[in-house]
Amino acid sequence: MTARQHDSSVYEEIQASEQFQELRRRFRAWAFPMTAAFLAWYLLYVILSAWARDFMGTKVIGNINVALIFGLLQFVSTFGIAWAYSRFAGKRLDPLADEIRHDTEGKSE
Amino acid sequence: MSSQTLSTILFLLFVVVTLGITFWASRNTKDATDYYAGGRGFSGVQNGLAIGGDYMSAASFLGIAGIIALSGYDGFLYSIGFLVAWLVALLLVAELMRNSGKFTMADVLAFRMSPRPVRTAAGVSTITVSIFYLLAQMVGAGALVGLLLGVTSPTGKALTIVGVGVLMIVYVVIGGMKGTTWVQIVKAVLLMGGAALITLLVLAHYGFNLSGLLGDAATQSGKGAEFLNPGGKYGTEAQGLAGKIDLISLGLALVLGTAGLPHILIRFYTVPTAKDARKSVLWGIGIIGVFYLLTLVLGFGAAALVGGKAIAAQDKAGNTAAPQLAEAIGKQIFGDVGGTVLLAVIAAVAFATILAVVAGLTLASSSSFAHDLYAHVFKRGNVTDKEEVLVARISAFVIGAISIGLGILAQGQNVAFLVALAFAVAASGNLPAILYSLFWKRFNTAGAVSAIYGGLASALFLVIFSPVVSGSATSLFPDANFAWFPLSNPGIVSIPIGFLAGFIGARLSKEYSAEKYAEIEVRSLTGVGMERASKH
Repeated sequence: MTARQHDSSVYEEIQASEQFQELRRRFRAWAFPMTAAFLAWYLLYVILSAWARDFMGTKVIGNINVALIFGLLQFVSTFGIAWAYSRFAGKRLDPLADEIRHDTEGKSE
Repeated sequence: MSSQTLSTILFLLFVVVTLGITFWASRNTKDATDYYAGGRGFSGVQNGLAIGGDYMSAASFLGIAGIIALSGYDGFLYSIGFLVAWLVALLLVAELMRNSGKFTMADVLAFRMSPRPVRTAAGVSTITVSIFYLLAQMVGAGALVGLLLGVTSPTGKALTIVGVGVLMIVYVVIGGMKGTTWVQIVKAVLLMGGAALITLLVLAHYGFNLSGLLGDAATQSGKGAEFLNPGGKYGTEAQGLAGKIDLISLGLALVLGTAGLPHILIRFYTVPTAKDARKSVLWGIGIIGVFYLLTLVLGFGAAALVGGKAIAAQDKAGNTAAPQLAEAIGKQIFGDVGGTVLLAVIAAVAFATILAVVAGLTLASSSSFAHDLYAHVFKRGNVTDKEEVLVARISAFVIGAISIGLGILAQGQNVAFLVALAFAVAASGNLPAILYSLFWKRFNTAGAVSAIYGGLASALFLVIFSPVVSGSATSLFPDANFAWFPLSNPGIVSIPIGFLAGFIGARLSKEYSAEKYAEIEVRSLTGVGMERASKH
């Protein structure tokens, strides 16, 4: 590491603050596992489409088969995660981020 | 009046309206923020529509409907990859980029790095990805006009490409981001409206019985129940293991590529705050998701009501399935005139789609040339706003001219693979560089440069030696054979290479600034010091 010695900048001070650490923790604790989850869910769908064709071709109602339902569930999960994220961000991230920004910029918006 | 004439009139109407908007927008385009980012004055909903407009290319409208119509279920796999990909953009990229960047993808990458090498790499990658995508659309435009307007001579097709190219240059050079965004919004509304109308008519024809529609599609396709299962096109049993791995590889490139596409990333800069960026992606996801559900009905509807044989007779790839369906369903419900009118409407919408997408791509690549390469690499940041915008306009003109030339040269070639390749390059080079820049403390110049060049070079290298370039009847060069790489989609190899190259590159270099990391982390998460919207 060659980080030179310097007075810590405004950004380093904010970064070290408890408020920011909490914001960072909340964001990462939600976004990272969720990304892993939807990617795994999507890959499962693609892998089943490649290797489990008999299962995917099973008819459920009339001509509607597992493959179609599985595909539609990907739409449902995508819409659901997007909605959940916007709720989470609005409630748990935005207030903290706004607070830090207002404190730093010293003016209200 | 023939359908061709009506279609031409409708398309010209679209051109006149959008040109009017573009000229109107140009009166308010004064500085670089206006030209590159539309003054950051668009609302979340407007930008969400524009995201849909930029993303729903002819490849996804005509292409996916065509794949479903001819090969059945597999087209749906494409749509799902394209849609789920937006979650990566929503959760990890959109807001953070809005907060920490300015005009281009490279603004975020170069933030805490040595700017010249990183901007050079990002510029090269942006222009490469955009030109690939652009070329696929331009050649598609030539082919489409042949099929829909009855223009069959090579000269006629070349003139179409020139026409599309000139219009796209006018939109971008005159309207900048503001004009281009409005073109996307108008196009998105028309495309959604057109697709929804045909879908409703098809569903009504089947008494809203989806199972009945699927049954008819399976019968008329001549493939039976297999038509509704995965495996009709990708990873067929005949292709063996390589085919199945190829399908996974395609899926990875689609799901990880979107958040690295330069013309999508610059959309996040057109709104005033990160919250608006979030809102615009939410709207984008809604619009794009509904659109892909519509194409599912369009594809199966075309198989059921037009039939695989009649579609393949017009175009082997099925690109005319949606317009053919419009004609068939119009005829069945409203008689001959109805068929003519609906065909004309959908054909005009298809042209509007191509035109809007190529404009977005030209804007992204010329912005990157002017802002990254000219202003920061060649001039080391010593340029005025005015000069930079002038260079951006000139480069839009030049890039447009180049793509017209390439589009004419590539006429009749099978270049559809370029869209998937653009996604693969974006996922392999751009995405690792973006994610590491935003989230990894220890990332640096060497890491960013290695990720971008490593991902870009490995994707291109593998495609050159794949079956899409040589060795099979459908290859670009069917008479040659130097294809030792068995997959058509390089993603499964090149994406890990991009991530690994970025990791190793960063580890091998000692460069590191705690201060700059603190700055990008704080700015990206809180919006402190973000670029403001224009006041005028």
